[in-house]
Amino acid sequence: MGDFVDRIAQTVFWTELARGFAVTIAHIFKEPATINYPFEKGPLSPRFRGEHALRRYPSGEERCIACKLCEAYCPAQAITIDAEERNDGSRRAIRYDIDLTKCIFCGYCQEACPVDAIVEGPNFEYSTETHEELMYNKEKLLSNGDRWEPEIVSNLRDNFLYR
Amino acid sequence: MCLVEIEGMWKPQIACAMPVAKNMKIRTNSEVAYKAQESVLEFLLTDHPLDCPICDQGGECDLQDLSMKFGSDRTRFTDIHFEGKRAVENKNLGPLIRTEMTRCIHCTRCIRFASQVCGLDVLGTAGRGGEMLVGTYVDKMFLSELSGNIIDLCPVGALTNKPYMFKARPWEINRANSIDVTDATGTNISVNYRFNRVLRVLPRENEEVNQEWLSDKGRWSIDSLDIQRLVTPMYKCNDCLVATEWDIVLKMVSKQLKCTKPFDIMAIAGPYCNAETLVATKDLLNVLGSEHTYIERNVDYSEAVVDIRASYSLNICMKNIALSDKILLVGTNPRFEAPVLNARIRQAYMFNECDVYVIGPKCEYNYHVEYVGQSVKDLSNAKKYLQNAKSPLIFVGIDQLQTPNAVTLMRELIRISNSLKKSSDWKVLNILPKEASFAGALEAGWKPGGLKAIQSLKPRVILSLGADDVFRQWSPPKDCTVIYIGFQGDSGAACASIILPGSAYTEAGGTFLNMECRSQYAQPAVSPPGKARYDWKIIRAIAEYCQICLFYTDPDSICRRLAQISPNFVSCGTCQKRLFEDLIPQLLANDSSDCVGQPFDVCMKKLKEYYCSDIYTSNSPTMVKAQKAVMKMEKSPYCHV
Repeated sequence: MGDFVDRIAQTVFWTELARGFAVTIAHIFKEPATINYPFEKGPLSPRFRGEHALRRYPSGEERCIACKLCEAYCPAQAITIDAEERNDGSRRAIRYDIDLTKCIFCGYCQEACPVDAIVEGPNFEYSTETHEELMYNKEKLLSNGDRWEPEIVSNLRDNFLYR
Repeated sequence: MCLVEIEGMWKPQIACAMPVAKNMKIRTNSEVAYKAQESVLEFLLTDHPLDCPICDQGGECDLQDLSMKFGSDRTRFTDIHFEGKRAVENKNLGPLIRTEMTRCIHCTRCIRFASQVCGLDVLGTAGRGGEMLVGTYVDKMFLSELSGNIIDLCPVGALTNKPYMFKARPWEINRANSIDVTDATGTNISVNYRFNRVLRVLPRENEEVNQEWLSDKGRWSIDSLDIQRLVTPMYKCNDCLVATEWDIVLKMVSKQLKCTKPFDIMAIAGPYCNAETLVATKDLLNVLGSEHTYIERNVDYSEAVVDIRASYSLNICMKNIALSDKILLVGTNPRFEAPVLNARIRQAYMFNECDVYVIGPKCEYNYHVEYVGQSVKDLSNAKKYLQNAKSPLIFVGIDQLQTPNAVTLMRELIRISNSLKKSSDWKVLNILPKEASFAGALEAGWKPGGLKAIQSLKPRVILSLGADDVFRQWSPPKDCTVIYIGFQGDSGAACASIILPGSAYTEAGGTFLNMECRSQYAQPAVSPPGKARYDWKIIRAIAEYCQICLFYTDPDSICRRLAQISPNFVSCGTCQKRLFEDLIPQLLANDSSDCVGQPFDVCMKKLKEYYCSDIYTSNSPTMVKAQKAVMKMEKSPYCHV
């Protein structure tokens, strides 16, 4: 009997409506959940796996030694490497291609890399208009590395204890 | 590394040097054994650099495998004094072998291989214990016809393949079991390729033929396949070769063949033809009405050479050579003509106290030989050297069988070999062919003596299956059309009127008969470049354009045709029993020669002549580099040290 009276009262006095409006009105006074994306950006974990980059040593020497471990490990087979001897006798990649349209951003390449050359940086804004632009070659990856080096270094510093 | 626990013994024991005793209880995977193996491995690894990512051996390294199996998962190598790991200067072992001596773990396999199999005491150790260094005592390159095998032997990346340096990793390579065609031994190889490119060649173990060795030519001349390849059909127009389409050239070829009298059509086979091509070509010519199928090599000591296998092949099984106790080499240097076979002779020399006698010029042999003569007339006194042997062997170079002395030579040798005491299944007289296609061609019914036949028959149309040597000695007259089916554009292709691009052994594979007439099948590895096609399919297409029906269209049906011609072609890997040997002396040709005093000549006397001995190998940049290195070493003061 009490339940019946409660339900009648809720229907007659529109209490659900009032509670609903109360939530809406409360949100006016709260901080908004959305951000104004191109001008504001959300926080990123230091482990974020974004666009790939090839790093260099502080001396400017590229780190990659073309050991092909990332190529072997890549589950999507997105990486292609050709190694060759450079004039100074060291082993270097003459070709380092990543097909970002194949890549599944698992981060295994950076796990496999013995010299921390290939990393997935914090950049996620690299959308393109054509498919071809997402086929990254070594130059593109190295320039990514140069551009993002400060962020990559700080991310690695945050993370090294857990690797 | 081989430490095991033996019950009743206080310490773990070395398995390889422990005599077995009665009631011995050995534990190979007990706690103690594992602990001991792990500790030994830790010692090996303290002085081994951590450069697996840039090491070419990475992925096929024995030390890596051992570390995975026995290694500790953490290091005790702290290097608190910052002394660093051991570093050793690299040695220059020539243009084929790259050294990284820091990686060496002092197993001394290369040293033992060099001294025992190659017969070269170039490599050795200096110092003892932790100070031990493997290297050459003096600044000398390691150049031998079998030198490449130390790369396979090296368990780590201390010795690696220089031309293959950094090219690929073992896990991304595809392998095809193939047969080496640079000599007639039929060495079993595995062609390693990736992205439709042949990257390297490794030997495949076959105790009957090559054990586990491969000659340097077979290993490194593959880069010749990238050079001067014929990739498109061509025909000659105003002394210029014009590239065209298959349909057009095939029409031209069929017109040529149909408009020529069958008697004027001739085919010549080069050194690298597989049995399929040879059979298809012979069938085509026979249906056209011509019997003129010849190989370049001439063997004319008997009319019946083609009919009796024993008269042109190695009659003894290769592995039995090691059991011989006296060997006579007549005008041949197996070290360069058949390096893998020579390893057996050296085995006999090393472990069976075999004496080797030579009739012929001074050559570089890697065992002690006694020169007992120069020419055919010295054969008569050679007999006394072999007299007391239990299992004597005579090897005759195929080059000697195309001289005018061949008949006298063979008559004398047969007489000697019949007079020697031996068991009934021991064949004394052996002939050493040099071309991979030689035995296959004769088995298929081709005739020897191409050059002679051309000069006497004066054919109007010559179908050349990669034959180049003939065209160095003879150039076709104006009214003769040469149709060249081959893969390399050299002297043979230069004088051809029509060129049909064929494929090399790595592309076509096929059946090859080695010098023992042992049939072996080579798998194709990569696809032919450009518009090139399989040779036998080209022949098949020509037949189709000539409106001739050959009853085979696919590998299966041509295999059946091979079996029809000779069952030996399809019984892969087996050696046929030699029949009708006794008939050879009766069928010898008449003695016509009066120059028995003429000394034998061997075309590969020295190592520098080995590398670039034919068109295929002299087009290979690696082989040219090796040849230059030998010439450079000859000038060095340490050459004869």
